[in-house]
Amino acid sequence: MIRTRQLTKTFEVSRTETVHAVRDLDLDIAPGELVAVLGPNGAGKTTTLRMLTTLIRPTAGSATVAGHDVTTHPAQVRRSIGYVGQGNGAGHTQRVLDELVTQGVVYGLPRRTARDRAHELADSLHLTDLARRKVSDLSGGQRRRLDVALGLVHAPRLLFLDEPSTGLDPHSRANLWEHILRLRREHGMTLVLTTHYLDEADQMAERVVVVDHGRIIADDTADALKRDLAGDRVHAEVPPGPQAAADASRLAEVVGRLPGAREVQVEGHTVQARVTDGPAGVVELVRAATAGGLDLARVQAVQPTLDDVFLELTGRSLREQAVTDPLTTDPLTTQGDAPVAGKDAA
Amino acid sequence: MTAETTPVATRRGVMPEPTTPDAPDRRSWFADTWTVMVRELRPVAREPFNLVFGLVQPLVFLGLFGPLLAGSLGDTGVLGPDVWQWFVPAILVMLTLFGSSTTGANLQLEMQTGAHERLLVTPLPRSSQLVGRSLKEMVPIVAQAVVIVLVMLPFGFALHGTGAVLGLLLLGVLGVGLGSLSYTLALAVRSQEWMFWAVQQTVLFPAMILSGMLLPLENGPGWMQVAARANPVAYVVDAERALFAGEVWSSTVAWGWVAALLTAAVGLAAGVRAISRSTD
Repeated sequence: MIRTRQLTKTFEVSRTETVHAVRDLDLDIAPGELVAVLGPNGAGKTTTLRMLTTLIRPTAGSATVAGHDVTTHPAQVRRSIGYVGQGNGAGHTQRVLDELVTQGVVYGLPRRTARDRAHELADSLHLTDLARRKVSDLSGGQRRRLDVALGLVHAPRLLFLDEPSTGLDPHSRANLWEHILRLRREHGMTLVLTTHYLDEADQMAERVVVVDHGRIIADDTADALKRDLAGDRVHAEVPPGPQAAADASRLAEVVGRLPGAREVQVEGHTVQARVTDGPAGVVELVRAATAGGLDLARVQAVQPTLDDVFLELTGRSLREQAVTDPLTTDPLTTQGDAPVAGKDAA
Repeated sequence: MTAETTPVATRRGVMPEPTTPDAPDRRSWFADTWTVMVRELRPVAREPFNLVFGLVQPLVFLGLFGPLLAGSLGDTGVLGPDVWQWFVPAILVMLTLFGSSTTGANLQLEMQTGAHERLLVTPLPRSSQLVGRSLKEMVPIVAQAVVIVLVMLPFGFALHGTGAVLGLLLLGVLGVGLGSLSYTLALAVRSQEWMFWAVQQTVLFPAMILSGMLLPLENGPGWMQVAARANPVAYVVDAERALFAGEVWSSTVAWGWVAALLTAAVGLAAGVRAISRSTD
């Protein structure tokens, strides 16, 4: 469905500064896949999408989308895809139903079919009551649902979604995803979305492409990425007290004997390590500690998140970058290289 | 991107029946342009109050500036036998100038919200998106002009049927030209809203004053008359005065058509060029 080779986009910001937004991107997406492109702001996600949807021309390399070359046959690409951009696709002075019908007509549907289709979509995205409303009077979540409806009017084989749920509250996000996934089942669409929400990529996508500085740095299912690049962890604590330091080092030995244990770290009275299987490791840890007469205060199995994957790959956390205020004093960011696996699991 | 800016023939010719089921048989370039125009007209039809609002300024000029003009120049003969016959056609051009030159702001809003981007990813050719938007300008301009003419009839404004109809049509053509130039400006400065207004205002007032719209240029210094000769709006103002005086065909009228059509041609060409490059 999508095939890119050495796809590159360079922006001349000024005479002296060039931004390499996307570098030598090789990406293959098969029909029916649901792929999330994950990365921090400025990683090249949107630029990639804009090249694939013919909004901007690649500086170098090639991309074939739905069987057509984006540079030489942009018109055919446009007929074959649906696109939900970062902004609101519907004109603010327009009415909801009018925009849906016009979109259908634009894709060559006869007016009557376009009208039926608009009603159908309004129905399935809960927009029917808003059909005669002006777009500027809609809430953010309602507008986003309309954006998705506009992208689906012509039942495209391939739908691009650029940060579909940014700015939505959790309820609206869940709602939107329910719609997207149902429509995907009904139409057998291929879905490509960008997101900087880790949990969104984790839960929704069947395949996660991690990009950073315009390059793909990982590409697999979320589970495989987490398993291979981050792995499970166990956290254990001994009770505080004069014995704590000695107990902690004994505990570290016990932890070190767990299956697949590595990177065992002791900090005060806590011990943490990577293991093959977190929940099973905890059971084993408790059994071994009890057998050795060692007191435990708390034990926790921590399963990795995509943020851990990104941290492992780049040494930076995606989560920190999502925070807009650079002066945020997140205690975890001040620990430097300390593992932060626990912060997403709590 | 070059293929789609060339209209109908190539689109039908170069793209044979699509091999994939997801590309339905598309309509002609004209149908696409029509679709864009109808979309643009919908908010106008739905909220006609905006049109009424656009009438306030020309009516203020007619009501407050008109009497002053009559009082100070009415007896000199510079304005011809009747002040209204001189002033009303010019006010119609003013309406067109102010209305169409701001229309780029609508596109600017759509660029900021994402609607423009959404349309760029549809199969609508870039050229029909620009031309459709510009052609739409005719409708509000002519509608507003008709209202002004009707309002002025009781005050003794004389109407010459054919000339008036042609006058309205000429206004429409000028509106398309100015509208497409306004879109071109909006596309050129992208999302810098202030830049759009800075340029629009900078061009608007000289274009208005140097057209002889409000005061006759005949009494002005020579350089102003020279400058006015480079101003297409000036030719249209003269032509409108002639047309509304019942002069259906004369060299003045012909120059008005040339100026309006040239403005439209230049505006549409520049606009199509700008929209085709609007995201790169």
